[in-house]
Amino acid sequence: MNPTLSPSPAAAALLRGSDRNILLGLYEKLVLIREFEERVKFLFLEGTMPGTIHQCQGQEATAVGVCAALRSDDFITSTFRGHGHALAKGLGVQEMLDELFGASTGCCKGKGGSMHMGNMDRGMVPGIAIVAGGIPLAAGMALAFKLQQRPQVVACFFGDGAVAEGAFHEGVNMAALWNLPVVLVCENNLYGASTRIDKVMKNPCVADRAAAYGFRGETVDGNDVLAVLAAAQRAVAECRAGQGPVLLELLTYRRTGHSRRDACHYQPKDEREAWFARDPIERFAAQLAERGDVTPADLAAIRARVEQQIAAAVAVAQRAPQPTLADLTTDVYA
Amino acid sequence: MKRQGIAEALRDGIAEEMTRDPSVFCIGEDIGVPGGWGGAFTVTLGLAEKFPGRIIDTPIAELGFTGVAVGAAMMGMRPIADVQYGDFLFLASDQLINNAAKLRYMSGGTVKVPLVMRAPIGATGRGSQHAQSMERYFTGVPGLKVVAVSTAYDAKGMLKAAVRDDNPVMIFEHKLLYGSKGARAEPGAVDATSEIPDDDYVVPLDRAVVRREGTHVTILGWLLMAHFAQAAAAQLAAEGIEAEVIDVRSLSPIDYETIGASVRKTGRVVIVEEGPKTGGVSAEIAAGIMEHCADSLQAPVTRVASADVPVPFTPILENAYRPDVPRIVAAVRQLVGS
Ligand SMILES: Cc1ncc(C[n+]2csc(CCOP(=O)(O)OP(=O)(O)O)c2C)c(N)n1
Ligand SMILES: [Mg+2]
Repeated sequence: MNPTLSPSPAAAALLRGSDRNILLGLYEKLVLIREFEERVKFLFLEGTMPGTIHQCQGQEATAVGVCAALRSDDFITSTFRGHGHALAKGLGVQEMLDELFGASTGCCKGKGGSMHMGNMDRGMVPGIAIVAGGIPLAAGMALAFKLQQRPQVVACFFGDGAVAEGAFHEGVNMAALWNLPVVLVCENNLYGASTRIDKVMKNPCVADRAAAYGFRGETVDGNDVLAVLAAAQRAVAECRAGQGPVLLELLTYRRTGHSRRDACHYQPKDEREAWFARDPIERFAAQLAERGDVTPADLAAIRARVEQQIAAAVAVAQRAPQPTLADLTTDVYA
Repeated sequence: MKRQGIAEALRDGIAEEMTRDPSVFCIGEDIGVPGGWGGAFTVTLGLAEKFPGRIIDTPIAELGFTGVAVGAAMMGMRPIADVQYGDFLFLASDQLINNAAKLRYMSGGTVKVPLVMRAPIGATGRGSQHAQSMERYFTGVPGLKVVAVSTAYDAKGMLKAAVRDDNPVMIFEHKLLYGSKGARAEPGAVDATSEIPDDDYVVPLDRAVVRREGTHVTILGWLLMAHFAQAAAAQLAAEGIEAEVIDVRSLSPIDYETIGASVRKTGRVVIVEEGPKTGGVSAEIAAGIMEHCADSLQAPVTRVASADVPVPFTPILENAYRPDVPRIVAAVRQLVGS
């Protein structure tokens, strides 16, 4: 299924009407996530980085678009595939690389690792690696905001695979019932692990679920960062106004393996090619060029800056202090 | 005879049972997808082509597909279900514990649930939610049988026994013991290959096995810890300590006949368990030894287990979490010296 979504007028308005620096900031975040993931992949395959990895190359625009619509005190919940969400929400490259290297200076002191990336001070709960496990959690966080009469919202990231879990139904139903300020962000990349969505859903339109629970859902081109941003801004505004939740289905594609050394043999070649041609970063670069005030040199400078930032952080992370044995038993209880 | 790892031996065992009995089928996530992995650890690789329609890929819905498997089992099928990581059994556990385990009893002995549930466990660099030792949560559930396989021979034989058993049987497998290959190979894997006979065989679900004979001390372990216990015994032999190593393997019921015979001979016991010490299966075994053969004990039972913490990600702490050969050796030395 190659979605043919009509171009978003709201996205076009953002492209014309936004400040140049804001747009370049979005571009930088997209490139940062891509370069971070590519570097991490290299380090992992090279054998210097421990653990396992789930990466998001190709899906950068979902994280960047949604998080750009949030304030720094809003929260996100994430999954096992959370590096992009973390960078988009404002976690530092250094604290994330340190975490991946298991260092005590990592955002979770090396105890969490790739699948549990998070930093509460930045508004990101450690990734919940149990599929759909973050959905009721996000509803509960939003319930707290409502009870405390705080204006924050929660953006809850999950995959198309999560929709089949009981936790999705239970969490979404309560979010709907109590009008909770949650933006339910389904990154529909067409696959849950090796399984294509048409093998596990009779109705493959995830956004349709919302109507069944009595609230608004929308399918968005998840590889168009401005379309995502526009949809997220609207959803966040509705949630802040007490008209939550909103379900955003963001259509996107995972260019890399599900995890580790997965070679994606289950993804047909023509499908991969079609989606590679809709790369979110290249598309945004082309959109920026239309404005007339962004040059290829501007974009190249951003890329160079990002590459340098990551290289410097990797060098630091590789020498970052590891926990000591005494750390094994700390942090179990509050 | 052929030499096989656990993943291959399970695969052959499943294929043989499916050939023998048309009511056997597999159900789980990503187990039969073309171009996929044959389950998280390659156990069902290639079976979908061999048995069309009988390797059922499900949505990501552990509670749901476990319930489906229980229902099918009640109606005369013999499902082999699996979760990708043991940790996800928490989602499936309502169907396993409230339905599968109890329906026999609740129905006054009229319902049968011949279900097999396989689950990989073990701390392997994946952090807190893909790592837990899950046996402990199911050994105290009447109506369930629980086994843990540490060699390819046992894996195949116990899988076959489980399929043929009329009760729900849970089979725990360790990620470092599968011998999975290619992209699914595990760093730090331990050799669990066996010579596998060509002829059909089963391994009973209620018997422990003596892996090494000795007279000074009995070391009890299962899964990865059964391997580490044997490595520790080999080291201890060099310093004159003869340790008997028992692979407990059947965790519910526990085989106190085999364990008791060893304890009566050695008078000293070290139980090794991957997983927090508090509430572990080792606690149950220690209490069982007190009930069955306290008279023979020359020293209190000793346990080597993990700290009471979730599984940490960083390798330094994960290695500290997982009991290892040096810690087993040290515990035995101290016990034998006492
Ligand atoms: C409850 C649970 N079941 C199974 C898994 C194993 N698993 C990890 S990711 C994944 C696929 C998830 O697919 P989706 O939700 O679409 O997210 P994506 O990987 O595409 O980002 C599976 C089956 C898990 N982590 N948790
Ligand atoms: Mg997906």
